[in-house]
Amino acid sequence: MLLSAALFIIGVIGVMVRRNIIIIFMSIELILNAVNINLIAFSYQLQNAIGQVFAIFVIAVAAAEAAVGLGIILAFYRNKETINIDEMNLMRW
Amino acid sequence: MAEAIAFYFISACILGFAVLVISTRDTVHSVLFLVLDFLFVAALYVLLGAQFLAAIQILVYAGGIVVLYLFVVMLVNLKRPPEAHSDPHRKTNWGFALSIAVLVELAAVAAYSYARPAPALAAAAQAPVPLSGNTEQVGWLLYTSYLIPFEIASMLLLVAMIGAIVLAKREL
Amino acid sequence: MVDSFVIPLLKIVIVLNATLVAVTYMVLLERKVIAWAQSRLGPMRVGPYGILQPVADAVKLMIKEDITPVRADRWVFTAAPIISMVPALIVYAVIPFGPKITLFGRQVSLYITDINVGLLYIVSVASVGVYGIILAGYASNSKFPLLASLRASAQLISYEVAVTLTLVSVILMSGTLSMVGIVDAQYNQGVWYIFAQPIAFVLVLIGGLAETNRAPFDLPEAEQELTGGFHTEYSGMRFALFFLAEYANMIVVSSVVTTLFLGGWLPPFPNTAPLHFLYAIPSWVWFFLKSFCFLYLFIWIRATLPRYRYDQLMALGWKFLIPLAIANLVVTGIVKVLL
Repeated sequence: MLLSAALFIIGVIGVMVRRNIIIIFMSIELILNAVNINLIAFSYQLQNAIGQVFAIFVIAVAAAEAAVGLGIILAFYRNKETINIDEMNLMRW
Repeated sequence: MAEAIAFYFISACILGFAVLVISTRDTVHSVLFLVLDFLFVAALYVLLGAQFLAAIQILVYAGGIVVLYLFVVMLVNLKRPPEAHSDPHRKTNWGFALSIAVLVELAAVAAYSYARPAPALAAAAQAPVPLSGNTEQVGWLLYTSYLIPFEIASMLLLVAMIGAIVLAKREL
Repeated sequence: MVDSFVIPLLKIVIVLNATLVAVTYMVLLERKVIAWAQSRLGPMRVGPYGILQPVADAVKLMIKEDITPVRADRWVFTAAPIISMVPALIVYAVIPFGPKITLFGRQVSLYITDINVGLLYIVSVASVGVYGIILAGYASNSKFPLLASLRASAQLISYEVAVTLTLVSVILMSGTLSMVGIVDAQYNQGVWYIFAQPIAFVLVLIGGLAETNRAPFDLPEAEQELTGGFHTEYSGMRFALFFLAEYANMIVVSSVVTTLFLGGWLPPFPNTAPLHFLYAIPSWVWFFLKSFCFLYLFIWIRATLPRYRYDQLMALGWKFLIPLAIANLVVTGIVKVLL
């Protein structure tokens, strides 16, 4: 469990510190993986397969989110030619 | 004993590669470290007895999602690394400090719960699974008790697929 | 101690060596077969009838100068052929060459291991093999290989979907993911799955051709397209690794198709009494015979069919194979429920 907490923290640091949006997305994947590890660990501890079922759903959701997120990045890149998240301020006034 | 060694080794690798993922300058190297990370996470799943999930992790995560990331990284051809200039609006140090604080808090919670063992969670009395084998157990649960989340997840994937296609098309 | 450690180690050593030798001789086999298909003789000079040609090839490739492009990414450039080769080799851990037989007074199973998600393992490892191609193109730091590698990997991941969906219908029929379990199911049901699932067989065959970048889907690596594809910048031993990886992949696909559809080590119609005399032939001989048939089929197809254009290729994968795979799955499910 400590492992998953540590992984989670690393992911959060990655999200907050890096400016390259693709790396931010990858850190989000790290966070999701940390959650999965936690789920599987508990499933192993309690000998109940529910944790694994939930982990499958988490993987599915992560896949969907990665696909859409990368689509957004591509659309953005075509318009603004940058992947620096500080310059992506279309929604600011 | 051997299991403990394996667990610590795999955990060290996972954490090591994760740190490398977020700290490497070169994006492609970052993605490659992410793949290695996922492979080690799959190894961890096998150690914890979830072989089906380990295979799914490699198939979907390492083999699909990260390939997608690699494609996008190559299509978005970096001319100058975005970390080249630092933004005065961005308070990076605060981010670090907050994360360390959360980690310390989580560690404290973990240590506290170890000192006072939580009451044994009543193992949810599911109907005894008649089949052995990890895949059958997962499948059984998926299709009987959790059918509705399963259907919703497939709808979500369908919507995401359509969304990704629409977003990435050049002209509608 | 001996049983749990030494025997698997021995099996691994034997299988790996056999694979590498087989792969080098595949090169010769291909050149010979294509030559005969084109009314010529193929390599004839080295050794009697060109038998020692692979040795000459190996020596040539090893003493060739190893060029690395100047601004290529060194680590990735070196790692890409390895990443291509390793998945092709580690799949052999789950392919069953035969059942438990008695060798030297000991029960030995003719497969390295039997994990209960064997088929899923094979598919996942195949999807990791895509990385070798992407990284090879990227690391070469030049336009043509990059484009070719992106095309190749797009082709691979598209056909991966079709093949995986088809394999699910096989799993439906056999009820288990382990490779040995699938062969046993074919034994219990008394019929090779090629007769029970002909459409799935054809789909997996076509998908396998596309997965291993073989003709007629070899657009990414043909010499006339994009100046040689994703391994343009590789020379010497690394180039050899790529080619060996491709042939190893071909052998893997043949073995997997044999196990899934032709009953692995079983003779035809395994459960019918009148044909029991076929059991006199050892099981692994059956396995190799059948795999060899598929290898020959692959080479035969390469010698015969023209190449698909890239958009035709992708259209075939997405618009034809995937709907067909899903339809096959649905029909199999319905039949399984009704019977």
